[in-house]
Amino acid sequence: MPKNETAITVKGLRKSYRNVPVLQEVDFEVEKGTVFALLGANGAGKTTIVKILATLLKPDGGSAFVNGFDAALQPDGVRRSISLTGQFAAVDEVLTGRENLILIAKLRHLDNPRAIADDLLNAFGLTEAGGRRVSTYSGGMRRRLDIAMSLTGSPAIVFLDEPTTGLDPEARLEVWKLVKQLAESGTTVFLTTQYLEEAEQLADRIAILHQGRIIADGTLTQLKSLFPPAKVEYIEKQPTLEDIFLSVIAQKEER
Amino acid sequence: MNIQPENAKNRPFFDVSTMLGRSMRHIFRSLDTIITVTIMPIAFMLLFVYVFGGAIRTGTDNYVNYLLPGILLIAIGTGMSYTAARLFADKQGGLFERFRSMPIAPSSLLWGHVLTSLVSNAISLIVILLAALLIGFRSPAGLLAWLAVVGILALFTLSLTWIAVIAGLSANSIDGAAAFSYPIIFLPFISSAFVPTASMPGPVRAFAENQPVTSIVETIRALLAGQPAGTEIWTALAWCLGILVVAYWLAMRVYKRQTA
Repeated sequence: MPKNETAITVKGLRKSYRNVPVLQEVDFEVEKGTVFALLGANGAGKTTIVKILATLLKPDGGSAFVNGFDAALQPDGVRRSISLTGQFAAVDEVLTGRENLILIAKLRHLDNPRAIADDLLNAFGLTEAGGRRVSTYSGGMRRRLDIAMSLTGSPAIVFLDEPTTGLDPEARLEVWKLVKQLAESGTTVFLTTQYLEEAEQLADRIAILHQGRIIADGTLTQLKSLFPPAKVEYIEKQPTLEDIFLSVIAQKEER
Repeated sequence: MNIQPENAKNRPFFDVSTMLGRSMRHIFRSLDTIITVTIMPIAFMLLFVYVFGGAIRTGTDNYVNYLLPGILLIAIGTGMSYTAARLFADKQGGLFERFRSMPIAPSSLLWGHVLTSLVSNAISLIVILLAALLIGFRSPAGLLAWLAVVGILALFTLSLTWIAVIAGLSANSIDGAAAFSYPIIFLPFISSAFVPTASMPGPVRAFAENQPVTSIVETIRALLAGQPAGTEIWTALAWCLGILVVAYWLAMRVYKRQTA
């Protein structure tokens, strides 16, 4: 395996569905230990890129290397280096939260799957809910469990495909906190999102995908410099409904 | 940060047993699966024995004995819709993609469901057998004949399960995934399962005598009656193996196409 500082290298990636091009010559690189956000509207091709990188889809052309492994030719090497959190929480509704984590730990052939599950439940604030079936969980709890399952075995690269779509503001903040913790631990995070704010909050580097092409790629500062300088305006800052909602919630939360 | 060691491929049996454990939990947590699978065949059995049975001339004095093999096949057919539905639910919910992006043998994903199908059908068949004993089923068959019956039922279940895998993988809705089993449930009615084929009009009789269910039913019936199964057993085995090979091949093709 080549020793380099890039976690993901994508060159000239192409993919069509029934002759409709979804990706056209996509290039980008993700450095190790950074958070990379792929920003784009619905249907821009974000999920297709994630699926190719996670070895679920084969590209029509171009190359994708993940942790030094060719996604098309060495899928097993890629699979040993990554975890995928898809758009919809991939949890087993019939099992309990704890059983879900044990299942993943066993499939990853880790020692002491039960202890690992208990540690993760604790880290994700799910210890009390751990013995309940997932079908009784709220959307935010499901997403937390989903991400906990993805972090089982501490993979080097974590893919999060629209991790906050469909979550309420509080749960979204929780996910943001998790991503920040992951970044601090040195994990490479590949994130897709349709929310500008999310990319701005979390990412070291942002690429904008539009109609199957990367139309901008850089740090937030670099992207900002592409646009006209900010002009100064004085406006009265009213609390947004989100601010109000979150502060009211915070007062009621005993957690 | 970890790269998982390259031991994944060495432990496919461990992965299959992990997956089997998971879906067996599903079955024991929704016991309605077993109940639904067993209740319809038992109802058919009661209906045919106590309502229609008096008017059916099969040439035997114990109609339950005559009927049971067909009832067991109907139960297996019903069980298939649940196998397909469980697979479809995994595919739909995103769990399938999670598993596929992990370093586990792709086959353990499908084999987990296939083994679950075998185990849960075995449970259903035992329940039906007990019900049949209650209403007068008796068999003089020896151990060897029983083992042969178990083997044929298991092979039949296995071949239908791979058809269920095709349905579960390619369906667009959970109803669609389950609906494929209706023709399979219906097939025993146009066979020698309930009445001898000799009473049927020409074309129907020709179909009934040459479809897989008849040879399987005749074989099991003969074995349970303690009689030699004759050549029927080879026809039955050929049907089961043939269906198994074709269905397995198609299921793998569908599975691979979905990853391309």
